[in-house]
Amino acid sequence: MTEPLVRPKRKNPLQRTRRPLSPQGIRSRTAHGLTAAAAEGRFALQVCEDCKTVIYPPRDCCPSCLSARLPFRDVSRGGALLAETTVHTSPEPYFRERMPWRVGTVKLDAGPVMVAHLHGDTREGDRVRLELKLDKSGSAVAIALPEQDTPNMADDPHLREMTCDPKFRRVLITDGRTPVGQAMAKAFADAGAAIVFVGVADAWKPFPGLDALRKIAPVEIVPLDVTDTESVTEQAEQNGARIDIVVNTAEHVRSGGIVDRHGLTVVREQIDVRYLGLVRLAQAFGPILRARGADGVNSAAAFVNLLSVHALMNWPAYGSYSAAEAACLSAAHCMRAELRPGGVKVMNVFFGPLETEWFQTVPPPKVAPAALARGVVRGLQQGVEDVFVGDIAEDIRARLAVNPKALEREMATS
Amino acid sequence: MSVDVLSFARAIANGQIRVIDLTQTLSQDFPTIVLAPELGQCAPFRIEEVSRYDERGPAWYWNNISLGEHTGTHFDAPIHWISGKDLQNNAVDTIDVRKFIAPAVVIDCSNECAADPDFALTIPFVEAWEARHGKIEPGHWVLLRTDWSKQSFADYANLRDDGAHTPGPEPAVVKWLVEQRDVHGFGTETIGTDFGQGHHFNPPFPAHFYMHGKGRFGLQCLTNLDLLPPKGAVIIAAPLKIKQGSGSPLRVLALVS
Amino acid sequence: MAAGAKRKSYDGVVACLPVTIPYRRYSTNSAQWWLGRALRELCKRAKLHAADIDGLAVSSFTLGPDTAVGLTQHFGVSPRWLDHIPFGGASGIVALRRAARAVQSGDAEIVACIAGDTNHVDSFRKTLSTFSRFAQDAVYPYGSGGANASFALITKNYMNLYGAKREDFAKICIAQRDNALSIPHAMMKKKLTLDDYMTARPIADPIHLFDCVMPCAGAEGLLVCREDAAKALRLPYARILSTIERHNAYPSDPIQVRGGWAVDISDLWSMAGIKPDAVDFVQTYDDYPVIVMMQFEDLGFCKKGEGPDFVRSHTFTNDGSFPNNTSGGQLSVGQAGAGGGLLGLVEAVRQLTQQPLGSAVPDARNGVVSGFGMINYDRGLASGAAILARA
Repeated sequence: MTEPLVRPKRKNPLQRTRRPLSPQGIRSRTAHGLTAAAAEGRFALQVCEDCKTVIYPPRDCCPSCLSARLPFRDVSRGGALLAETTVHTSPEPYFRERMPWRVGTVKLDAGPVMVAHLHGDTREGDRVRLELKLDKSGSAVAIALPEQDTPNMADDPHLREMTCDPKFRRVLITDGRTPVGQAMAKAFADAGAAIVFVGVADAWKPFPGLDALRKIAPVEIVPLDVTDTESVTEQAEQNGARIDIVVNTAEHVRSGGIVDRHGLTVVREQIDVRYLGLVRLAQAFGPILRARGADGVNSAAAFVNLLSVHALMNWPAYGSYSAAEAACLSAAHCMRAELRPGGVKVMNVFFGPLETEWFQTVPPPKVAPAALARGVVRGLQQGVEDVFVGDIAEDIRARLAVNPKALEREMATS
Repeated sequence: MSVDVLSFARAIANGQIRVIDLTQTLSQDFPTIVLAPELGQCAPFRIEEVSRYDERGPAWYWNNISLGEHTGTHFDAPIHWISGKDLQNNAVDTIDVRKFIAPAVVIDCSNECAADPDFALTIPFVEAWEARHGKIEPGHWVLLRTDWSKQSFADYANLRDDGAHTPGPEPAVVKWLVEQRDVHGFGTETIGTDFGQGHHFNPPFPAHFYMHGKGRFGLQCLTNLDLLPPKGAVIIAAPLKIKQGSGSPLRVLALVS
Repeated sequence: MAAGAKRKSYDGVVACLPVTIPYRRYSTNSAQWWLGRALRELCKRAKLHAADIDGLAVSSFTLGPDTAVGLTQHFGVSPRWLDHIPFGGASGIVALRRAARAVQSGDAEIVACIAGDTNHVDSFRKTLSTFSRFAQDAVYPYGSGGANASFALITKNYMNLYGAKREDFAKICIAQRDNALSIPHAMMKKKLTLDDYMTARPIADPIHLFDCVMPCAGAEGLLVCREDAAKALRLPYARILSTIERHNAYPSDPIQVRGGWAVDISDLWSMAGIKPDAVDFVQTYDDYPVIVMMQFEDLGFCKKGEGPDFVRSHTFTNDGSFPNNTSGGQLSVGQAGAGGGLLGLVEAVRQLTQQPLGSAVPDARNGVVSGFGMINYDRGLASGAAILARA
């Protein structure tokens, strides 16, 4: 049974903050197929297209038939834990300070044998289910979980190293004015976040939902305007050291394209709120998050980007909006590289049109703010890096994978 | 009679003439006008450090700023409103520079506004003022002292479900001030020269409509009007020389002897 | 799986001149330096110029970015036969086999087989983390326990399956330590007691401290040549009766319980023309005692699963029954990287030519040497063995 995590004590301000370390993240190019699967919470291994052999460790040649056609495919997660060991000494500083560390040999139902991290509730000889996770280095590792869920299993120390579970963590929702920001605050409160800081810009401007927001127990309203560098900097100076997860809910949704738009004001606002806002948050909060990546069980864990799925393919009906979202997606890739040394994940959450006023004229299916918030919390609990919420997001992603050019043409008329 | 500019300068220096700053500090959080979100918006004041004696510029400190023409304490030119769009020299870069210095009367309605944020200035109110202080002479700024600049930002903007509730003039009094008193312009402490609910007037936003339609000017987001006498102050309000600018943030100074 | 064609004998080919460059725990010198010492020692003791050695086989982990080719220029030699054998613990056997065939076929007269590594303060970690692509992708990120963790899983599984106990592994380690007490350059010079073994700190359960070799710097070498050449040089020599080599055997075993020896074991004995009971000592590859136990089984001294009982029925000391790792093996002498792959062969030639550094196995006539190496992912891939005989 996993010992339930207890709410961490207040940090002794005189104590040195442990500097973050990572396991070795270097992988062969092929092995990053596992990273791609782990980033989305899938369990995929190479499956030979010619002889169907399931292959592990990742290879460039099938050990059964020498085929080179070895795509990663989702396979069964089940297996048997044949042998386990508890590692007590390691030359790698990351593991040294986390000893002892259990690993085991799992014979997968799908065929191959995986050396895997072991959840505390697994026992030698047991059936287990494997998951691919991103470890603190950002590369994929396998962890064997008990076949059936066990109480408090998310609190397992090995597993929690690989997830960004909001439980007992302190969260900043950057914009509480929007339905999404408010749903997010509620979802994080429900997920056990210790404090939910909710940013509000221009407090002199009233907005609906403020009273409900104030009633959520762990919510603390704080002044924050992502378009104002000084405001973002001040908030980071004030609360940055006790913010473990940043969720950027600042949005600027306006319909309209690029050619058929009158002037730059809206485009500039979109860039200012979305792209520059993200950069401001990244510059103000990123270095503190990165420095606090190993700061106890409520260490800094994640920066969450809410992105329109049209960051991946422009939707001309919301063309300049899509372009600003694409800029944020690109920035997120850079942020990942920059925050990875701290073991801090940048989670991109892609969504289709929302059930909000700015998508009023768009027919369903649309994503309810609460559903988006649940997707964010679930993604953090799983420790994934890319989340697709809702049918449209999944649809765009699937079509993009098949034929980007067809999608581009089809978006013009949708 | 010849005018001695140097003795004017000496009077400034020695305090015989007092200089009062009527300007709000340009800062990011100072409220700007709010329109429906689908409309174009006035940019708030923003400031980005370019360098501060650091690797971006070792021996100097400077900022880049961005803001709208109607951000902070600002000047409205006639071209700002559709009623003034075809007038001659109607933009900040073409207005006769002599017009940037003009005398002012200050109408104090601060008590009335304290009691009612929807206080509307009327002709009778101005006539009563004239009965106490004398007739408003042509070419004067009319500055409305509401003490609104002393409010918290939330009360200053005073946005409710049906929009802003801030004091301002009724249509008739604006028309009257322009036609019957030939005023230079109209200045307020509030975000705009118009009444908060001025979109319900006919015409909507009468201070803008009538003032700019007749080539007069506006000043808004003023402060320190409580330090001015009802009559006798001279206002220096020179907007930035923005090509075809509709207005401009500026430093507004009052000279009081 | 027996080969179709009969293996040709090594008649007329011998191994001689065993040399060891005394090990050091850490060295600031390079692998090139250590290998150079070994080659020089071979030349000096054979009274040869380096130019007279026309064949060279090299094994090392820490030689990078060089290979054996670069070493020829580094050493100023111009061999007409050259091999680079980065096979870790199997490299000694593999080098012997290749050198013997080269000499037999006339491709080379005298082949120097050298193997060794340096050990910088941080080189162990670096070697582990980049040991192989599979290790990098699928092992090192899992606790970074290195070979200790991998062999812990193999050991645990073997214990589960065949009932081996820690005490059985202790016996192997303690006997080797006894054999090492007379070896001057052994890293471990203190007698090991059962209590020391059992109470040692855990490394990766069930592996504890004395199940592990101590990484160090050092080099080993010997010459392979025709019998008449050895005589001309007045070098005592041992005959090569038979050899085997096998890689990635039994890939479908979920966890390694046997090595490649088991595939070719009948060839090993039939080619040698002797039976296991004619063997006077074995030099097993002893990176971990479980592998020693597996070799007792896979080399034909007992059946699969009988390893624990076999261990319980012998002393393994030089003065007892079934002497194993007569110089103490890597568990006591230290593991000088790829040098460990040649250590058993060098010691076997010493025993068979009556020039042991430490205690002698009485009247040693036949010895088995075994090599095992390259834990690429979850198991050792390379295995080999040779039977040598007193001339």
